[in-house]
Amino acid sequence: MFISIFNAFESGVIYAIMALGVYLSFRILDFPDLTVDGSFVTGAAVVAIAILNDYSTLLATLLALIAGFLAGSLTGLLNTKGKINPLLSGILMMTALYSINLRIMGQSNIPLLNQPTIFTKLTEIWSTLGIDESINYLLGLLGLEHVPNTWGILISMLILTFMIKLILDYFLKTEIGIALRATGDNETMIRSFSANTDYLKIIGLGLSNGLVAVSGALYAQYAGFADLNMGIGMIVIGLASVIIGESVIGTKTIMRTTLAVIVGAIIYRIVMTLALRSQFLDTGDMKLITSVLVIIALVVPRLITNHKELKRKRNKRLTLEQQLKEGA
Amino acid sequence: MLELNHISLTFNEDTSDEKKVLKDINLRLEKGDFVTVIGSNGAGKSTLMNVISGALYPDLGQVKINHKQVTGLPEYKRSQYIGRVFQDPMAGTSPTMTIEENLAIAYSRAKKRSLKLGVNKKRRELFEQALETLNLGLEKRLNVKVGLLSGGERQALSLLMATFTDPDILLLDEHTAALDPARAELITQLTRDVVQSTDLTTLMVTHNMQQALDLGNRLIMMDKGQIILDISGTEKKALTIDKLLYEFQRIRGEKLDSDRAVLG
Repeated sequence: MFISIFNAFESGVIYAIMALGVYLSFRILDFPDLTVDGSFVTGAAVVAIAILNDYSTLLATLLALIAGFLAGSLTGLLNTKGKINPLLSGILMMTALYSINLRIMGQSNIPLLNQPTIFTKLTEIWSTLGIDESINYLLGLLGLEHVPNTWGILISMLILTFMIKLILDYFLKTEIGIALRATGDNETMIRSFSANTDYLKIIGLGLSNGLVAVSGALYAQYAGFADLNMGIGMIVIGLASVIIGESVIGTKTIMRTTLAVIVGAIIYRIVMTLALRSQFLDTGDMKLITSVLVIIALVVPRLITNHKELKRKRNKRLTLEQQLKEGA
Repeated sequence: MLELNHISLTFNEDTSDEKKVLKDINLRLEKGDFVTVIGSNGAGKSTLMNVISGALYPDLGQVKINHKQVTGLPEYKRSQYIGRVFQDPMAGTSPTMTIEENLAIAYSRAKKRSLKLGVNKKRRELFEQALETLNLGLEKRLNVKVGLLSGGERQALSLLMATFTDPDILLLDEHTAALDPARAELITQLTRDVVQSTDLTTLMVTHNMQQALDLGNRLIMMDKGQIILDISGTEKKALTIDKLLYEFQRIRGEKLDSDRAVLG
């Protein structure tokens, strides 16, 4: 039980990078970008091929970022210069990427089990630090029998994800970042303040899919394979993470919202794992659970605020009536 | 300084819906001119604004700002020189961003946007000073999201943003029409103050004849894509609504459809 939640947490942190990418397109640019299903795999495919060709794992991951950026900018080009509807631009790019990914990989699945990955190196360095022993000793004291093999992946991924979050927070407050946010918010207005919205959209979608591809690249190295179909439904997982996180943590500031997205991605993974552990649900039900989860995250907060508002009004009316009575 | 030479624009050319919205418009605004534009619906006022701002390109003719040819320049490039306030109070600001972030957008108008922070300490002080001139207390609410402001407050902020970097031309597109009378009066007053203090070259479209008479040093009346009346200086000062209506009738040989213009 502990181990499966631990693994869910680990993969949740990796997926969080993808969710940050989806946040950038879906919320900041107000662009429902379906490229994600393809660019996640592009990241995985590029990293797999680069590792097989003996590139360093860091460089391989960086190449994935660039590939994702290119894919996203192409979607942006289709939308801005080709004047194609946002949803359709994403669908076209996603479909095209399926074939491109197959071309990159040459086969539909590339195992990476015996290859060096960014994680094999990390765990090597990590194990020399001896932190695992002390954490697991503490967990043993708490009465847990099964303890994780390494905490290195989780902690290094947490650090990486939070670094990306902080960079994103900063970027969205820069002059370009503010213009990018305004593009999603009020395009006519930002154009009247001499911002090239086409260019901003292309850059924004590029960055978004760059993050998604990095997430795909890390996930492939984490899971030990790249698969042509590993991106199916990724956009919905990203949206679920954004929406769940926002309803749990809130959206008051940018920094808070990006934190919410990360937390949302982790919650999503954990809920999925718990759901799969129940007797009557199996892997085929994953998509249904995802949809139900998103619907709950969308509907419940609204019901709660409505309820609170009704209660507040009723109380106010009661006190007013009370005052009237006393006056009379 | 703004110059329009022989501007013509036709919508749906060579179809049964063909409409000549601008017919050989010639207009020259000197530095510091404050021109009010009136005319009934469909006269071409808004289209003229869009041609100046670059949202639309004319079929024929030239647009020049400070003797510089800008006719083919896309809107986002041209807007370096042009400040604009729209009719809809929601249109001129970004609702999900804070007041200071909106001002940061205005601040970066005339320069290339960089990866420096949009709001820093120095700029925040500058924004506060600018907001104080509005007398709405907005300088104490820098971190409030603009979506939470009232229509009047948003329009005042839009006006401030449009004039913040001293553009060469200020375009006001019925910017008080969507407000209640008290707010409209406030924005009108602010407009007068800001144009006077900065000596901006301004073109203001309005449906409200009284407003057109009260503001500015020159008045233009448009009808069916043409400028039919252009009055300035002392002659404008002596102008009344009745005289305007009479002039329209004299030139056009028909009564101005008063349903389509607010007499004030």
